[in-house]
Amino acid sequence: MCLGIPGKIVEITNAENKLALVDVAGVKREVNIVCIVDDEHPPESCLGDWVLIHVGFAMTRINEEEAARTLELLHELGELQEEFQAMKNSEKENP
Amino acid sequence: MKYVDEFRDPEQARKWLEKISALAKQVQAGKDRPLHIMEVCGGHTHTIFRYGIKQMLPPEIELVHGPGCPVCVLPMGRVDDCLALAEHPEVILTTFGDAMRVPGSLKSLLQAKAEGADVRMVYSPTDALSIARKHPDKEVVFFALGFETTMPSTALTVLQAEEEGIKNFSLFCNHITIIPTIKAILDSPDLQLDGFLGPGHVSMIIGQHPYLFIADEHKKPLVIAGFEPLDILQSIWMILNQLKEQRHEIENQYGRVVQVEGNHNALEAIEKVFELREFFEWRGLGSIERSGVRVREGYALYDAERKFSIPNLKIADPKSCQCGEVLRGTLKPKDCKVFGTTCTPETPLGALMVSTEGACAAYYSYGRMDSFESKRETTT
Ligand code: SF4
Repeated sequence: MCLGIPGKIVEITNAENKLALVDVAGVKREVNIVCIVDDEHPPESCLGDWVLIHVGFAMTRINEEEAARTLELLHELGELQEEFQAMKNSEKENP
Repeated sequence: MKYVDEFRDPEQARKWLEKISALAKQVQAGKDRPLHIMEVCGGHTHTIFRYGIKQMLPPEIELVHGPGCPVCVLPMGRVDDCLALAEHPEVILTTFGDAMRVPGSLKSLLQAKAEGADVRMVYSPTDALSIARKHPDKEVVFFALGFETTMPSTALTVLQAEEEGIKNFSLFCNHITIIPTIKAILDSPDLQLDGFLGPGHVSMIIGQHPYLFIADEHKKPLVIAGFEPLDILQSIWMILNQLKEQRHEIENQYGRVVQVEGNHNALEAIEKVFELREFFEWRGLGSIERSGVRVREGYALYDAERKFSIPNLKIADPKSCQCGEVLRGTLKPKDCKVFGTTCTPETPLGALMVSTEGACAAYYSYGRMDSFESKRETTT
C-alpha cells in the first residue's frame, strides 16, 4: 500500500474529472490523475506518460527505465502480486 | 556477502559496501556503540530484509526499524471501533486489505466479514466511493489510514464525493502524519540515533522542507532514499559522509521521484479536507501530539465520527505482545516472547506481524537473518 506501482497512461477516460486508464504490467485500471495535472500538463498531454500509482491515484511522473526497475523490485518483494490481488478483490467486492 | 549476488548490479553493491565500511570505521571510532541509523519507512524495512542488507553492513552500523508502517501502529481499539461501525445495519465498511487483518480485541475485520458483517476490501478509496454510488440506500464508510502517501487520495475522494453530491459516503479517518512521529522518536530518551533514512513516497508528497528541524534543531542528517537496495546503500553512505564532515542536512537521494517542494495538488487537497488533531493514539508509542488528522468541519457530511457515535475504545495490547518495545526499537522482533510461536503472519497477535512492511513479519519471512545474527552474536 505504501510502495506504489508504476503504470503507463493508455487512455484519458474523462478529462474533466481527470480520470485515465493505466496499464500496469498488462493489467488495466482507471486511476485519478489530478496530482500530475497542472497548467503545463493538461490531462490530454498525459497520454503515454509513465506514472507511479498509489491506491488508485497517479502521484508522480517517472521515466520508463525507472518504471521498469520499480516493477522488477516490486516483483522481487512480492508486492506486485499483492497489488494485483488487491485490484482484483476490489472488483469482486463491487459487482 | 552471498546475498550481494541477488542485486541487479552486484559490482555496484560491492563498491558501495566497501565505501560504507571504510567510512563507518572512521565515523564510529571512539564511540562505545555502533552507529544507529533509523529507516522511518516500512517500505525500506521490507527491502532491507528482502536483500539481507542488514547483515551486509559492517558491525559499526546498526539499522533501527522505525514506526513507518501505518497498519502496524494502529491501536486495537481502532479496529474495535470499526467493528462497531460495521454493526450498523445500514453501513458497508470498506478498507485496504492489510487493515482487514489487523487483530482487534476480539476479532479482525476479516473475521467479522466471514461472520457476515458487510466489510469490503478495496484497492482505492475511489472504489469505496463507487460502492456508495451503487448503493444510495446504504452508508459506505471508508476506514482511511496511512501517512501522507495515502492521505491525498482520501482527501481527493471526499472532494469528488462533494462534487457529485454523494451523501452516503464518509471516512473513519485514521490518517497519521510523519513529522510529529519523527519528533516523538527524537524526544524519546531511550533511543540514540545518528541519522535517518527518510521515507521516499511520503517525501514525494510533502517535499524536503518539513524535515528541516531534524537538521537544524536536532543536528541529525536525514537522507530521503529510494526503495531499491542500491538506493539504500547509497543513502547510508550519504549519511555517513555527513557524519564524517560533521554536517547535518536534509539530502535527497531519490530525486527521480521526490521534488524539493513535494506535490502541490496533493498538499492542497490535504489542506482543504483535513486538520490536525490535538492528539492521536499509536500502538506501542502511546499518544503523540498533533500526529493525526481529522476531517474539517466544512466536510462534516463526510466524517463518520460526526455521523455516528464511535465508541472510541482504548484497549491495551495483550500482555504477551511486545509490539511497543519493537516499535520503539528497543527490542528485536525475535526476542518477543510470542514471536513465531503464537504470533505468525497467518495468525498475527500484534500488528507488526500483519503487513510485509512490519518488522516482525519481515523478520519472520526472511528468517535467514536470524541465524546470521545469532552467529554473529555468539562469535563476537
Ligand atoms: S511477535 Fe507479534 S506480538 Fe511480538 S512484537 Fe511482533 S507482532 Fe507484536
